[in-house]
Amino acid sequence: MAFGPFLLLALMEGLVTAAILALAASGLSLVFGVMRVVNVAHGEFYMLGAVLAWAVTTMIPGPPAMAFLAAVLIAPLLVAALAAAADGLILKRLNYDPEATIVATIGLLYILQQAALSLYGPNANPVAAPFTWRIQLPWFGYSGYKLFVVLAAILVLLALWAFMTRTRAGLVMRATQVDRTTAQAFGINVDRVYMGTFALGAGLAALAGVLIVPVQQAQYLMGHDPLLLSFIVVIIGGLGSLRGTLIAALVIGLSDGVISMFFTPTLAKILATLLVAMVLVFRPQGLFGAKA
Amino acid sequence: MALEVQGLIAGYGPVTVLRGVDFRAESGRITCLMGRNGVGKSTFLKTLMGLLPAAAGTITLDGAALHGLPAHEVPKRGLAYVPQGRRLFGPLTVAENLAVGGLVRGNDAATLAHVLTLFPRLRERLDQTAGTLSGGEQQMLAIARALCLRPKVLLLDEPTEGLQPSMIALIQEAILTLRAEGVAVVLVEQRVDAVLKLADRVAFMVAGRVEKAINVNGLTADGEVFRTYVGV
Repeated sequence: MAFGPFLLLALMEGLVTAAILALAASGLSLVFGVMRVVNVAHGEFYMLGAVLAWAVTTMIPGPPAMAFLAAVLIAPLLVAALAAAADGLILKRLNYDPEATIVATIGLLYILQQAALSLYGPNANPVAAPFTWRIQLPWFGYSGYKLFVVLAAILVLLALWAFMTRTRAGLVMRATQVDRTTAQAFGINVDRVYMGTFALGAGLAALAGVLIVPVQQAQYLMGHDPLLLSFIVVIIGGLGSLRGTLIAALVIGLSDGVISMFFTPTLAKILATLLVAMVLVFRPQGLFGAKA
Repeated sequence: MALEVQGLIAGYGPVTVLRGVDFRAESGRITCLMGRNGVGKSTFLKTLMGLLPAAAGTITLDGAALHGLPAHEVPKRGLAYVPQGRRLFGPLTVAENLAVGGLVRGNDAATLAHVLTLFPRLRERLDQTAGTLSGGEQQMLAIARALCLRPKVLLLDEPTEGLQPSMIALIQEAILTLRAEGVAVVLVEQRVDAVLKLADRVAFMVAGRVEKAINVNGLTADGEVFRTYVGV
């Protein structure tokens, strides 16, 4: 294949990575931004989304599209409910102390991972894509489902943006993000906001897991890479900045696609990590984060 | 309508700041709190709002207990708070700050219109982020945001601190309007001239207690009471 089409293919693959990353990282960014909690278990919510998608599609008979639609609706909701319970049982009891919650979410990571291993097993299982049509370009054919993933991520992120900027709940979350104490003085139940935020963040990660599972198989250790990449994206974009997260996801996703295709995936990860180091040295608040 | 406080004890963790505060504020009256730095004036307002837990004592509004309520329930009972340093939601617009203020009351258009009548300058700044306003405008917004709650009791912690005279006059005028509308205003104020201009009653705090509470009628700026309790 000539260089041009090869680059186009790499960019399209990168776009899919960017879309999934943007979904997962926006959840992580939201949780840190509003709650000041560094959720080390975030990747496990992504894994649970994928594993539950497999479980739901296995249980529901009928055409793959119906089963997958059910997985898209059910898996993120179940994961969000689990995250809300974890918030009430663990994070709230620690009074959302930034250091204690890091340790607690490391514990949560292992609990979720080992629970998935015990209940789901060590095998990787495939989930059928809801449709199998391909787009035939002059140089190569490309999965229509992967383009659907990009489109779905864009729609979900637009909905998230509208939710944060246009709704009462979004206003409440943004006010709490700025000043928790003052928010309480205006009748905002901060505990409830934190629970909702943690559930929403986990739900976004789970949705990313559901969308990717027809492309990558569901497996109990699959949360590690998205966690690392989400942290890279959130640090580069600026902790708590949704806009920065989206732009950084695009940069990291596209560069990951291109470098993985032309060189190796390992080199892509090394360069992303180097970029994080540069950001931490020269602009610790990230590209779009506010100075402390 | 009256806000009544009896034997209020509160502080920060093991440090007790309020050591048995007795206090009363009434509808349509401005009650000023005066005292030297560190006597517990701001701590008192935070405790009234439920932002600091009360270790002992009672806070009632029209006989209904406020003490022990979670902080987010207190504004629903009719208390609004303008903290020292304003503590606006800086990245949010003026309109959004006012909307947060009106969350409890459902953001009705009439209340917003009334608030913007009191502070017409804010009407021109509705789409501007709060953090970019001037100091005076920020203070107007802090008060306006609290008024969106349609409070029975308004707690103001040094609202004119650091402002230029023209802004101080505007804010004082708004406070007098609120009194005329029947709001009970509790004002922490350090400046004697402001107290004499605004207050109906003044309570002097010493070491975490209200030591003396008197009507302002007849007081003068060079009065002995101010020298004793405020050191001016």
